[in-house]
Amino acid sequence: MSGMFPLTLNQVVVRRRGKVVIGPVDLTVDQGGPLIVMGPNGSGKTTLLRVMHGVERINAGAINWAQEHPEKHAFVFQSPIIMRRSVFENLAYPLRLLRRPKNEISDAVNHWITRIGLENKGATSASRLSGGERQKLALARALIRKPDVLFLDEPCANLDGRATREIEALLQETAAAGTRLIMSTHDMGQARRLAQEIVFMLGGKVHETGDAQVAFTQPKTAEFAAFQRGDIVT
Amino acid sequence: MACRFCFWVFLSRFRLVFFVKKLNLCLSGSKGKCGTFMFELIEGLKAAFRLVITFDPELWEISLRSLRVTLTALLIASLIAMPLGTYLAVQRFRYRRFVIAIINALMGLPPVVVGLIVYILLSRSGPFGVFNLLFTPTAMIIAQVVIITPLIASIAHQAMRELWAEYHDLLISLNTTKTQRIRTLIWDGRRNLLTAALAGFGRAIGEVGAIMIVGGNIDNVTRVLTTAIALETGKGDFALALGLGFVLIGIAVVVNIAIHALSRTEREGRW
Amino acid sequence: MKQILPAIFALFLAQPGAADGMRMAVTTSFDNSGLSDVLLPVIREDTGIDVQLLVVGTGQALRLGEAGDVDAVLVHSRAAEEAFVAAGHGTHRREIMYNDFVLIGPADDPASIADAQTAAEALLRIAAAQAAFVSRGDDSGTHKAELNIWTDAGLDTETFGAWYRPVGAGMGAALNTASAMQAYVVSDRASWLNFGNTDGLAMLFSGDPALFNQYAYLPVNPAKNAAIKHQEATALEAWLTSPRAADLINGYTINGETLFVFNASPE
Repeated sequence: MSGMFPLTLNQVVVRRRGKVVIGPVDLTVDQGGPLIVMGPNGSGKTTLLRVMHGVERINAGAINWAQEHPEKHAFVFQSPIIMRRSVFENLAYPLRLLRRPKNEISDAVNHWITRIGLENKGATSASRLSGGERQKLALARALIRKPDVLFLDEPCANLDGRATREIEALLQETAAAGTRLIMSTHDMGQARRLAQEIVFMLGGKVHETGDAQVAFTQPKTAEFAAFQRGDIVT
Repeated sequence: MACRFCFWVFLSRFRLVFFVKKLNLCLSGSKGKCGTFMFELIEGLKAAFRLVITFDPELWEISLRSLRVTLTALLIASLIAMPLGTYLAVQRFRYRRFVIAIINALMGLPPVVVGLIVYILLSRSGPFGVFNLLFTPTAMIIAQVVIITPLIASIAHQAMRELWAEYHDLLISLNTTKTQRIRTLIWDGRRNLLTAALAGFGRAIGEVGAIMIVGGNIDNVTRVLTTAIALETGKGDFALALGLGFVLIGIAVVVNIAIHALSRTEREGRW
Repeated sequence: MKQILPAIFALFLAQPGAADGMRMAVTTSFDNSGLSDVLLPVIREDTGIDVQLLVVGTGQALRLGEAGDVDAVLVHSRAAEEAFVAAGHGTHRREIMYNDFVLIGPADDPASIADAQTAAEALLRIAAAQAAFVSRGDDSGTHKAELNIWTDAGLDTETFGAWYRPVGAGMGAALNTASAMQAYVVSDRASWLNFGNTDGLAMLFSGDPALFNQYAYLPVNPAKNAAIKHQEATALEAWLTSPRAADLINGYTINGETLFVFNASPE
């Protein structure tokens, strides 16, 4: 793994139309297994991920990677952004941007097409895929540059059980291969299956962090305990 | 209610019979009995048919010249307008709104005014007179480029804005450069851009005011379909003018179909 | 698609350059009469000059000459032509041929101008009847001739009511308008005879010397710019005043009627 970590957020604030969306946030993320960001809707999970990825403008504070390699992190959005191209070209796009040689691109694309089970659909317009296939395609496209860190914003929020299981299997393989996953979800089951570390967001602030096993069994705050029980937390 | 309905059926039937009778009179070539409108229209169709099936050499020449001038103007205008429209969709800068407003306003510029301005610029007594471009096809191309560039840019901007909203997060996330973003949007939005180009083509091929002024409608040099139509109308030869008009419509239809067919064979289906 | 499109565009991009030949601005009446179709091929044959015609009104023709955008003009409005030469835009004025203006109107002649003695009297009758009248209104030679007759009749067109309709258009368009409105209109004989859309209109009055319509040729001053083809313009003048031109011009008829009379003076 590269020396991108640790990532530190120092007093980061994001405002939109004058209202604070997140912050001030202080957070240090070091190397490790899957980090799951949890919290109720509107607690700022998505914004936090976008800030870390560098696609959200921050209004105050600072964000620092030990080493910055923008092409070494990737992002999977909650509703996948599918380009108006074939499946093959969707996957090839991130590599074409890097001007990789043609045969390298087609090798990588064919590898991923097989891996996500779209063997016969390389030439198909990606807009014809089902919801689960689209999300798998978006995931493969994010992974095709072999990122060191992969952000995922509730990637299974709109998917059925089977597609969710396929995505989770892919994520576990990815994590095992050494890519750091930073993923938001409000599905407690998914969090338990994947998490090694958790961040619990509430009201735009980081409310609780820590090792997943510890946090799930002995939450430090009453709010996270309530959230785990399925109570409504605000 | 029922009765009123019967009445309308009766009346419309009566009209249809009347119309068919009229049509027959017209086709048999008696002008007085069928009314001027129908007569001229049918004479125009006949003239168009005659011109096309006899491969009238002059018609071929001016039709090809029309196509050549307009397609060249379209190519140049597209090369300017499409990147411009896309740039305006992608890039935020201080006077962006102002530039968009100007482009939209220029769309409404009367072609005659464009023609006059280009005439003044290209006249031998004007600033670019030394190039001796007035009354040449090049002058007509310049005028058409000026007329259709704002139109194509505006439609392209509209389409690219929607596509940019769709792609924004992904392209930012992939850390693309400005140029890469514009190229991606142009490529993936090419069907919408084709629509913009066809709108520009339609406006350019049917344009007469500007190219009459800067081209001069010189026989064998700058006479195109539209200026020939204006000429024949001036001579009172409505049948020939209409015939040329039908040929113009035919060419526009063929070009539209051809371009759509080309873009469809490129890859399967629509998105 | 990637291979086909550039090929198509390459085909069309090959624009022929400006053809050799001189440019002459002529009035619509000269071109609409069909005479130019007879003269131009013979001119090319005899002199090798490819004459490109810009068919416009006399006013615009003189403007084109003034800007140096054409090499010669052939128009029909003596006062404007003399002013053009006096201002140094043209080298000189050479009379070539004449025809005449005629009064066109509805065949049933509501203002009964057919038996008028003079053109001025005919127009007075139209004004008295307030019959619809279409004027070119475009500063052309025909328009100027029409205004002169109104002046002869002692009337001012500025004071006319809605029956007087300046359309600001060429001869053909004015005749089309007159046909549609069943109005009176002043036309040159050639344009009228060659006009296709004569529905309900008839030639009602002609022959008054006041309707005399002289065409003159004016080479543009070559000092204006280097691109003006004065040699060709001079050669064309020689041809237009030659016996060969005289034969062709005098011999040109429509429906058996002579349209133009050659009257160039030998130099």
